[in-house]
Amino acid sequence: MARPSLEIDARGYCRLTGTWTLGELARHLAQIRLQLQAVPAGSPWRLQEVERLDSFGAMLLWQRWGRRWPRELEISEELRGVLTAVAAHSGKPLPRPPLFTPLAALVLLGSLLFSFLHHARDLVTLLGQLTLDLLFLLRHPRQWPLKELSANVHKVGVKAMPVAALVGFLIGVVLSYLSAMQLEAFGVEAYLVDILGLGIIRELGPVLVAILVAGRSGSAMTAQLGVMRVTEEIDALATMGISRTIRLVLPKVLALTLVMPLLVLWTSAVALLGGMLSAKVQLGTSFAFFLEKLPQVVPMANLYIGLGKGAVFGLLIALVACHFGLRIRPNTESLASNTTASVVTAITTVILVDAMFAVALRNVGVPL
Amino acid sequence: MVKGLAPPVVELRGVVCQFGDNLVLDGVDLTVWADEIVALVGGSGSGKTTLLRHIIGLNRSAAGEIFLFGEPLWAGNYLDQQNRRRRFGVLFQQGALFSAFNVGDNIAFPLRELGVVRENEIRDLVAYKLAMVELEPEHALLMPAELSGGMVKRVALARALAMEPELLLLDEPTSGLDPDRSAAFVRLIRRLQRQLGISVVLVTHDVATLSSLAGRVAVLADRRIISAVSLEETRQLRHPFIERFFGPSAAMD
Ligand SMILES: Nc1ncnc2c1ncn2[C@@H]1O[C@H](COP(=O)(O)OP(=O)(O)O)[C@@H](O)[C@H]1O
Ligand SMILES: [Mg+2]
Repeated sequence: MARPSLEIDARGYCRLTGTWTLGELARHLAQIRLQLQAVPAGSPWRLQEVERLDSFGAMLLWQRWGRRWPRELEISEELRGVLTAVAAHSGKPLPRPPLFTPLAALVLLGSLLFSFLHHARDLVTLLGQLTLDLLFLLRHPRQWPLKELSANVHKVGVKAMPVAALVGFLIGVVLSYLSAMQLEAFGVEAYLVDILGLGIIRELGPVLVAILVAGRSGSAMTAQLGVMRVTEEIDALATMGISRTIRLVLPKVLALTLVMPLLVLWTSAVALLGGMLSAKVQLGTSFAFFLEKLPQVVPMANLYIGLGKGAVFGLLIALVACHFGLRIRPNTESLASNTTASVVTAITTVILVDAMFAVALRNVGVPL
Repeated sequence: MVKGLAPPVVELRGVVCQFGDNLVLDGVDLTVWADEIVALVGGSGSGKTTLLRHIIGLNRSAAGEIFLFGEPLWAGNYLDQQNRRRRFGVLFQQGALFSAFNVGDNIAFPLRELGVVRENEIRDLVAYKLAMVELEPEHALLMPAELSGGMVKRVALARALAMEPELLLLDEPTSGLDPDRSAAFVRLIRRLQRQLGISVVLVTHDVATLSSLAGRVAVLADRRIISAVSLEETRQLRHPFIERFFGPSAAMD
């Protein structure tokens, strides 16, 4: 393949040689563009020595010529054909995507509100559908998606135990260590059990597990439903007369609602263990003292609040995850944005609801 | 013959491919010359797609050699390999359009990747490629999910042609299209092949496609290419697969 080049010959012709194809031109394009620009206006052109001309080369020349045939042109019939074909479609603008105007900004703002309303409506619809499904299942017990339920319990519960334990343990150690340092300064080390007990069982355990599960299982649920939509598996289920909510959504929601209190219990226990170990190392608090004092200073109500919050958070995370999963359009961009939205919304919702719990239950289970 | 001058576009020598215990290709030899259309036929699961993936370097063969445009497929550094890859275009079985881009951006993508083509030039080229595959300029704004099966194939073809390839590899270009569309698509490929003077390797199941398109038919059976001759000559061969493929039932349509 000869390098594409052009020169002005003795007769004043602009003489092109070599292969004028994208592959060859791309390597010397900056130089070729300069040379093309430098050709005096109205020069005659001679293309007979061009070995090959593809549509990119033709387009380059055609644009240089100002989308007109030059007055004098020596060219073979074959190359003229290539140029004619390209010329026929050149300069016809492709339709452009609509521009962003102030009006569009206003519309966007409004549509944000509407999209929030749509989300809220769809979420309520989903919840309603799940309730109807539950009622249906009560009357038709043979239709219970038990296998899916157990698979989901395994996936979101059992498999999450190691990482939940690790995170819980470390948080327990850190919390205990930092609190002990402060309490020691005031000489009230004995209150460490109160702080750890109340803080972990009532607040930290449920929220920690919720954030972990939202990132771990919420995103997985959204992505799974999304890919099933993209590959039309959801449609395939529907054509087999299988309800997507009963078979796909309900097991996830039920499993997470059931499993979350257990995960909270597990994580809180491990976090307390971490706190207890740290207290032993730093303050010399014995395990027996810690375990004896814990039930005295932490009223039982706190455990129920912690477990109850776990169940509510689990329900919310699974609902949000499935809601976003079912909204995914069949393209990668939508998959990515909905998975992100699912996790962010789930965590935000969990923290909002946690705040509501804190306000509503401020008189319950707190020793005065 | 001119054949002697230029090196073959594709040359496979003794290509072997194995997935676990499953020996899919066992010594495949095939030569494709410039300007010719070679159809690859074979039973379902006989390894046609796998062979195509070897030619484009998505799979690496356990043994054997692959030459593209006279050079070993894996020769040279990253840039050499990149340049070699830009000389062929591929139409995947499912189209493999980028679902996050609209049609126009899908076709423009390889051109933009090149980094030297200007936006106004890209617009001209996209419009031209769309017209080439008989689509309208308005289709440039559609998203892949909004396209019918036939349109997906056309857009994928336009994208494969965007880099002005010298070799076009098509995996079952007509599968999933009705006979009408399929015939139109075959006419389109033939017109483009003549117009652009490129070589084409296509995988097909369809005898109608074969008879109207292929210069030579490469038959993949028993894990190797058992013959690569013209359609008429292929019909004369005695082999269980060929007899079934072109047998009485196939001859009906
Ligand atoms: N990535 C892979 N891993 C394992 N086996 C594969 C893979 N790709 C293909 N195969 C196997 O190779 C064989 C040939 O497949 P393929 O090339 O897709 O056939 P076809 O001729 O229908 O295109 C099949 O038996 C398939 O199971
Ligand atoms: Mg295949």
